[in-house]
Amino acid sequence: MLGVVLRARTRADAPGPLSDVAGGDATPDLWIALEDDGTARITCHRSEMGQQTWTAMCQLVAEELEIPWDRVVVEQAVGDAKYGDQNTDGSRSVRQNFTRLRIAGAAMRQMLEQAAATEWGVSPRQCKGIQGEVVHTGSERKLPYGQLAAAAARLTPPTERRIQLKDPSEWRYVSKPTPSLTIPSIVRGEGTFGIDVRLPDMLHAVIARPPQVLGSVRSYDDTATRAVAGVVQTVELPTLEAPVGFKPLGGVAVIARDTWSAIRGRAELQVEWDPGPNGSYDSQTYEAELLRKVREPGRARRARGDTMAALESAHQRVSAEYYVPHLAHSTMEPPAATARWDGDRVECWACTQNPQAARRTVAEVCGVPEAQVTVHVTWLGGGFGRKSKQDFVAEAALLAREVGKPVKVTWTREDELRHGYYHTVSAQRLEGALDDAGKCTAFLHRTVFPPIASTFQAGASEPGWGDLRLGASDTPFAVPNLLLETGEAEAHVRIGWLRSVANIYHAFAVQSFVAELAHAAGRDPKDMLLELIGPPRRVDPRREGAEYDNYGSSMETHPVDTGRLRTVTEMVAELADWGRPLPEGHGLGIAAHRSFTSYVATVVEVAMVDERLTIPAVWSVMDAGTVVNTDHALSQLEGGTLFGLSNALYGEITARDGAVVQDNFPRWRVMRMGESPPRMEVRLVLSGAPPGGVGEPPTPPAAPALANAIFAATGTRVRRLPVFGADRRDRLGGDR
Amino acid sequence: MSVTIEINGEAREVDVAEDTPLLWVLRDHLGLTGTKYGCGVAQCGACTVHVDGVPRRACVTPVASVSGKSVVTIEGVEGPEADAVRSAWVELAVPQCGYCQSGQIMSAVALLRSRPTPSDEDIDRGMAGNICRCATYVRIRRAIGRAAGRSEGDEE
Repeated sequence: MLGVVLRARTRADAPGPLSDVAGGDATPDLWIALEDDGTARITCHRSEMGQQTWTAMCQLVAEELEIPWDRVVVEQAVGDAKYGDQNTDGSRSVRQNFTRLRIAGAAMRQMLEQAAATEWGVSPRQCKGIQGEVVHTGSERKLPYGQLAAAAARLTPPTERRIQLKDPSEWRYVSKPTPSLTIPSIVRGEGTFGIDVRLPDMLHAVIARPPQVLGSVRSYDDTATRAVAGVVQTVELPTLEAPVGFKPLGGVAVIARDTWSAIRGRAELQVEWDPGPNGSYDSQTYEAELLRKVREPGRARRARGDTMAALESAHQRVSAEYYVPHLAHSTMEPPAATARWDGDRVECWACTQNPQAARRTVAEVCGVPEAQVTVHVTWLGGGFGRKSKQDFVAEAALLAREVGKPVKVTWTREDELRHGYYHTVSAQRLEGALDDAGKCTAFLHRTVFPPIASTFQAGASEPGWGDLRLGASDTPFAVPNLLLETGEAEAHVRIGWLRSVANIYHAFAVQSFVAELAHAAGRDPKDMLLELIGPPRRVDPRREGAEYDNYGSSMETHPVDTGRLRTVTEMVAELADWGRPLPEGHGLGIAAHRSFTSYVATVVEVAMVDERLTIPAVWSVMDAGTVVNTDHALSQLEGGTLFGLSNALYGEITARDGAVVQDNFPRWRVMRMGESPPRMEVRLVLSGAPPGGVGEPPTPPAAPALANAIFAATGTRVRRLPVFGADRRDRLGGDR
Repeated sequence: MSVTIEINGEAREVDVAEDTPLLWVLRDHLGLTGTKYGCGVAQCGACTVHVDGVPRRACVTPVASVSGKSVVTIEGVEGPEADAVRSAWVELAVPQCGYCQSGQIMSAVALLRSRPTPSDEDIDRGMAGNICRCATYVRIRRAIGRAAGRSEGDEE
């Protein structure tokens, strides 16, 4: 392709003036290649999984570059440390890149303005980049960017001090519903997901993995497998050793000429498995054990006042225990990766949320230097944290090397559900003291769960600060006595992040308990919630013994601000017309939660009519500070809320004899069209604060708002999720 | 064995076992990857295609059973309903990750062909077989309404 001019200067050059701004390297040629026809090829280093990060990252660059939106073309970055953090997880893409990508765009625009000034012999102050052209303000003269690109490429980028970012009032794209860069392709079935990758001469693999984590192959017989037309060979994968990390699970791979032959060949495979150390894990037994444990005093992790004394002397003492089961990500695209070796170098194509980790994992598992591993990122058919784990990429690399041809590994739905990195199981006990006016004076939160650290460190059983900061150690309640305790629990399956992570169970328990306190005190749940949130102020859990990393953002720029939590709560109550008379059998529930530095409050309306539960309406309000794309943020608010409701209504993964029981839809059940609320109203609070997370914060308040609504409608308090367990197949809404 | 099928108006010959699901013939043998695998057991709808105009789950449709029939995939679906659905999908920014949306669109087009002005109940029924884990259901419902010519005011 002719005309890629600004990329001519290589990154091997000495660091430039913008190589170390807040958030990383903002050197323009790392991010933008301007072609002589005026096209701007903008590099997106984050993974696109439906959160519209392609659009958001390009909006930031294009805003300051002043390029027409229809001249933007996205280039997906490979995994490379030069881009800084690429781990598309933790609702951080905008938070980490909001400033530096605008700087990169502005720097290039200023270089183009300088080039035009030189061309015309005028001051650069009189030259302004506007929508793909530099305009001389003193005359009619204009030059398109494409004609200036070569001259601009020879200039040194300005220093950060000389970068002039637009005032927000001048934004064309940012904080606007700028059109998506992916959707026009999606509606035509175009675009390449991980499972869609096709290489010449490629073979297809599916893998029979050990039913139990750390189980292994005792022996196997592939006679019948090899008799299946299209099957090429079988390959035994290395046995997994603890800690599990991102390493492949092991097992036997069936390699075939197409996916279906591999699936059929696997069905014929006879494997005798050694169950290994987790063969006796039974999630039902373990649930009872966690609930026993949560009744014992735990280890104090954050303390204010003397909570135990206040509970002992309370006018009224309220307690409740909550349990949330394992959940699976069930991304509609299961994990899939393709690898091709050329000598001792390997190229991988994968639907990964973290190409740098994929690169590292492939290098470790295959025993080659990272420099010999290239990881291309495809579109992700859903991520939700599953594709932050790189086991499937390493499987492809190992198999492609073994068979000497490109190999695509496809996970079937059964594989995805039985061999996941599950949302952990948790038991929580909450206790509250009420005074004679019905005001809460002490709040005890005890949480017991196998921590995510168990995936990376064999035997780790102590909830870490990284788990607790997700909705437990930062509970912002205005009570004189507050205590957070933890208890230890061992993991028997792989535990991993799932959209909003520990916020799911922590918000469920805390926000359900607020409504339980209100009921005990005979008060309105919304009033109790607002009273506990208290007056607008900043809360710092570190002053009360907690280690708190604030989702990777500064406490100065992204404080725990109860004023913002109050605002979303009051707004959602108004939107839902909280307190209005309701039809017979209807109930409203409210919950509010801060996560990933954003604030979301949700009201759910349920109706129990003829013993059938439906959700007629949901309202949700989010303050995510400055939002890059207002329409896509609303889409996340809708989808993230329903994701939370789906899990709360139906989500449960169980294990027997160490193996996961659920193997496909509908035994693993998710929300369908007819079960989604007919009415859903969502709003953003454009508070002007620095950007917060968007992809995950909508999820946590959904489950407790639902449980609180069910209580209001029926008097039944749901303390164990899901609402519809395996023994209750009641259907919501439609009649599928 | 060799099977001849008509895909998007074009006769294609493939050499596969006759029980091979249409899904894998489309994806692996013909390179039409717009039709997605999601469950393999006709529970999620990601693989929805039209066979003689009727929506079918390609993951449980043996290729031999569509011999002599007309198969249309997301790459080939056209006509006024398909245009209206695609436009509404773009205007209302329905898709998030997009993976299930080929199937959603194929189901929505089939729904509008059989019921040009579907009620909310018709939409719930017509789209019941398509799972979206991003849970874009609210926008899908609104977009089908728009594609059917409903004004915004009718939707609330």
